[in-house]
Amino acid sequence: MATPDGADVTAQDAVASARRRVEAVWRIESARIVATLTRVVGDFGLAEDLAQEALLLALAQWPRDGVPPNPGAWLTTVAKRKAIDMHRRNNRLDDRHADMAHHLAEQQRLDTGSDELPWDPETIDDDVLRLVFTACHPILPRESQIALTLRVVGGLTSEEIARAFMIPVATVQQRVVRAKKTIAAAEIPFEVPPRKEFDSRLGSVLSVAYLIFNEGYAATSGTAWTRPDLANEAIRLTRILSALVPEEPEVLALLALLELQASRFAARVDANGEPILLADQDRSRWDHHQIRRGCEALARADAAGRGRGAYALQAGIAECHAVAASTAETDWAQIVALYDALGSLAPSPVVDLNRAVAVAMADGPAAGLQLVDELIAKRALDGYSLLPSVRGELLSRLERHDEARIEFLAAAELTHNERERAVLVEKAGVRPSA
Amino acid sequence: MKYMFIMRTPVELEIPEGFDFTEIINAMGAYNESLIKAGVLLAGEGLAPAEEGFVVDFDSTPPVVTDGPYAEAKELFNGFWMIQTSTKEEAAEWAKRCPLGPGTRLEVRRVTETEEFDQSNEYVQKEYEWREQLGSDKPVAG
Repeated sequence: MATPDGADVTAQDAVASARRRVEAVWRIESARIVATLTRVVGDFGLAEDLAQEALLLALAQWPRDGVPPNPGAWLTTVAKRKAIDMHRRNNRLDDRHADMAHHLAEQQRLDTGSDELPWDPETIDDDVLRLVFTACHPILPRESQIALTLRVVGGLTSEEIARAFMIPVATVQQRVVRAKKTIAAAEIPFEVPPRKEFDSRLGSVLSVAYLIFNEGYAATSGTAWTRPDLANEAIRLTRILSALVPEEPEVLALLALLELQASRFAARVDANGEPILLADQDRSRWDHHQIRRGCEALARADAAGRGRGAYALQAGIAECHAVAASTAETDWAQIVALYDALGSLAPSPVVDLNRAVAVAMADGPAAGLQLVDELIAKRALDGYSLLPSVRGELLSRLERHDEARIEFLAAAELTHNERERAVLVEKAGVRPSA
Repeated sequence: MKYMFIMRTPVELEIPEGFDFTEIINAMGAYNESLIKAGVLLAGEGLAPAEEGFVVDFDSTPPVVTDGPYAEAKELFNGFWMIQTSTKEEAAEWAKRCPLGPGTRLEVRRVTETEEFDQSNEYVQKEYEWREQLGSDKPVAG
């Protein structure tokens, strides 16, 4: 650019572009950097602080001086130096840090662009797995597990996490700080959990990925960091996990479930952002490559021969929908069987309600209505708007329109969603009375 | 966002004497493994030598089919990767890590989503149907 103003714009562009590069490197490297540092300094919270300091330094230096040839090594080396400096200041240069200082001196050329890895290839996968288990430790409240996992494993900044969950940045930072304190106070070991705890701890990790996905899946709006991106982030985390513990079928099953659910993103809302129900979605707009990946992941989970857990059963249901050409051609009997299995594995009235809908599709609305009425008698779903809404649908299919109208109005009273209310009121209004 | 990395090598690429192909295979294997472990790899394939292939030239009607690579081609496509990242910069970071040597290059292209085209066009509508058929032709387990 010829004008000084133009030159400024170019300089700003260069800074912004370098910043985006730092963030890209961070997303790729943060898990390995924090995992390596935790192993080296023996303290997860301190490792995370050091990694964040190195990141801040990169954000300040790289736009000015250029990005180093091996950015992951640069960040790790800077963080290790900061650890040594801190301990020198505190006059506590113990053996661990003396070792680290010695090692760093040997690795000076990292700065000048060696392609040597800054971490031990033999242990890095285990270290990242330890990191995942630490971030999702059951001692932490769910929202802290989510914030910590996205930050250290996913490499998202606090700003990105805040935007994704529509909460203040300070809230995210507070959750991370508190979580690190809790982990330190409880002296949580940096380890892959022992066999007897492994399944339940893995369950906690999978729940975190599932909740992150749902946060992205339930939303229909967003700007810079759109909500489908959050769902994609959950899928990325689950893929990482499936590579770290390839022998665990429930990880593959969750991956299958998320891929199959995400395959419907493009078809879930209309041009005005209004949600479209599964039955009314244009199935040709589903992502059929993604469906194939989901089906393959489920087949790999099944191949382990350990039976289907809760995620595999849900993935199986999602698969039935995903491979069907229409609602009419869906294998509803299979879906009923999968809901039966899910209900006996993890009993829940919501599963029962979904099963009743599937029964109505397989055996007719009268059979479904009978199950819905049994659920109403149990009073387990009092105040749940979908219960009268489903009952209304079934009644209207049975041509019992007056009763259906009452149910739709009851559902409209109960829902907190304005769009859903409008749809229900319309349904109640347009049905002709018998 | 989805990106395709297209590997291109010059037709006249000199292969030095005593060149260790095992080393290349190992390096590529490690690269692919790193993409899988990072959860970004969607697909990837290597292509058999261009001599095995053929070219369909549309300069004349009907088109002319000739064996082997395009006679005037200076570069050959040897393989591709399809990856999914949240930003262009992240795709660039991964592309730079590909273990290729001097003379070779990686062309990185964003994969378009069908949603980006005019939705009223009948062929855009048809493309959804084609994708559906292509995507669901595979039998599934269960």
